Amino acid sequence: MNSRAIAISATGLTRKFGSLIAVNEVDLEIPAGTIYGFLGPNGSGKSTTIRMLCGLLTPSAGTATVMGMDTVKESEALKQHIGYMTQRFALFEDLTVRENLRFISEVYALPRAKRRPRVDQLLEEFSLVAQVKQRAGTLSGGQKQRLALAAATLHEPKILFLDEPTSAVDPQNRRDFWEKLFEMAERGTTILVSTHYMDEAARCHRLAILDQGVKVADGSPKELGENIGYNVIEVVADNPNGARLSLSDNPAFTSITQLGVRLRVLVSKRVPDALGQVKLNLREAQIRAEADQVFPDLEDIFMAVTEERRKGLAI
Amino acid sequence: MKSIIRIMAVLRKEFLQLSRDRLTFGMIVGIPLMQLLMFGYAIDTDVRNLTAAYADEADTHLSRQFIADIAASQVINLGRRVETVQDLNRLMDAGAISIGVYVPEDFDRRIIERDRSAVQLLVDGTDPIILGVAQQLTALPIRFDSQTALVPVPSMEVRNYYNPERRSAVNIVPGLVGVILTMTMVMFTAVAIVREKERGNMELLINTPIKTPELMLGKIIPYVLIGLIQLVIVLGMGGYFFKVPILGSYSQLLTASLVFIGANLALGLLLSTLATTQFQAMQMTFFVFLPSILLSGFMFPFDGMPPIAQYIAELLPLTHFNRLIRGIILRGADISSMWDELLALLAFMVITLTLAIARFSKRLD
Repeated sequence: MNSRAIAISATGLTRKFGSLIAVNEVDLEIPAGTIYGFLGPNGSGKSTTIRMLCGLLTPSAGTATVMGMDTVKESEALKQHIGYMTQRFALFEDLTVRENLRFISEVYALPRAKRRPRVDQLLEEFSLVAQVKQRAGTLSGGQKQRLALAAATLHEPKILFLDEPTSAVDPQNRRDFWEKLFEMAERGTTILVSTHYMDEAARCHRLAILDQGVKVADGSPKELGENIGYNVIEVVADNPNGARLSLSDNPAFTSITQLGVRLRVLVSKRVPDALGQVKLNLREAQIRAEADQVFPDLEDIFMAVTEERRKGLAI
Repeated sequence: MKSIIRIMAVLRKEFLQLSRDRLTFGMIVGIPLMQLLMFGYAIDTDVRNLTAAYADEADTHLSRQFIADIAASQVINLGRRVETVQDLNRLMDAGAISIGVYVPEDFDRRIIERDRSAVQLLVDGTDPIILGVAQQLTALPIRFDSQTALVPVPSMEVRNYYNPERRSAVNIVPGLVGVILTMTMVMFTAVAIVREKERGNMELLINTPIKTPELMLGKIIPYVLIGLIQLVIVLGMGGYFFKVPILGSYSQLLTASLVFIGANLALGLLLSTLATTQFQAMQMTFFVFLPSILLSGFMFPFDGMPPIAQYIAELLPLTHFNRLIRGIILRGADISSMWDELLALLAFMVITLTLAIARFSKRLD
């Protein structure tokens, strides 16, 4: 990343619900114009963090600024500049597509002359022209998602928060959706998107991995892969299940994930000659298999960082 | 200017949604109609035709004349004749009759000597209304066909103001306006806002630049209109079916109703900030509705209640509205003679609305 302005920053951002710490001292620094991903399982604090950044939740500790505005003290002024797409479809199901967008255009108090052209433009851009008169509740998952994104971007916000935007959408729609996001980012919009899909996270310029409210790693997908403390060995076997069982006895192998006929084995970088170890182990168990060292993908990274954190907590 | 755009946007949205919500729409018209017909026809405190039986142990010309007179009054329905007072007791225990008329053997002598009551009424006193009817019967003069009548002169005479025909509907219909408005106004607004919370719309709304008072105004105004529609339905139907006149001025009626509707809507808003589900909102509505209906003077006369109930009643908007609307509609009273009631409603509205706006947060925490 070059030295672009920082759009979102947070220090020590924390949110407690009773005794539960949903978000625990998260620091963020997100440059303008990037697509920044929050990757983490359900309950990892993604939504809570986004809500705090939107000014919808007050942090229990720490501060955050979005476009230089404090999310607590200046939350009302901030709302003019941010768009927020909630995890759940939040538009009015008993209004039509056009009525929904018209309502949003009025709530943001767009000048009268601009409202209708802007709504028409969005309908065109998000391929909803055929559905203008359809009630939002009857739209398909992909159409709902496009409508929600259209509504979130109607007032041309500089910053867009998307909370698991593609959870109810088929792969084709997801691809189109991401193309939209890239276009917007190119035009200078900063996008913060949370997801639990690895492939989506891989498309982000930068991402943070959240686990149980803690930011366990951040960086570009490539940096994250280089910096994990594990080597990844991919094993292809005729009998992957047998191979998995034979490897799982060896404590040097931190985690073994089966993907069809392939196994991905995480081996700590402290263990010398990881590849040799795996091969030796397989030979001793008399399992026919090929093994190769590969570059970690996001799933490996995710496994590695959460594993490390769990181990750290256990000690 | 931007405020007006936003209020209008919410208003438009509410009307669109209302026009598509058939259930709510049905309730707007259905609740007043149902309640009006129910209260107007079924609940009649002016009781007639109570089931009764009599035991005429005298069986003289005079006693038969007396029984015929009672039957002619139509207050009780003297369906059965039994032999003894024990039979009457049995019927009463079995719940078959509410009133028994016992004419003793020496009926004629008692009448002539006038030293003791001539007739005994056995009354099921568990229902005070029946007891009241029995009191009415005791005033019935007994005629002496065979002798020169001693016409008894009652010590007091009742002069019935405002409702000479003693029709319950005259009292109930104006009271019903307040009852229906309390029920629907509080419930509709409370539910309308909580529904948006439940459906997730609220998270979208609070993330827009709309301000709390703008959102609340936009939500309230459609219901003010609905309240007025209900007012017209109840009073219109009340005039048509039950001949309830409107003696006072229409504009004063409208003023009182608007303030009352406002008070209830504000209360609905306040409840919506306390409830998280529509079911909770409904429960809370009933928490307000029951004391309102029981203590406001709609069901029982206010003056007859113990002081503690009266204090509570003074806190309920319906109590003040009942006084206002009965005054305006039935007595043709001028609102200026009841300014303190109007003031009480206004104060309730302002306080509740302020609390609602203060409690409604554009945050999720």
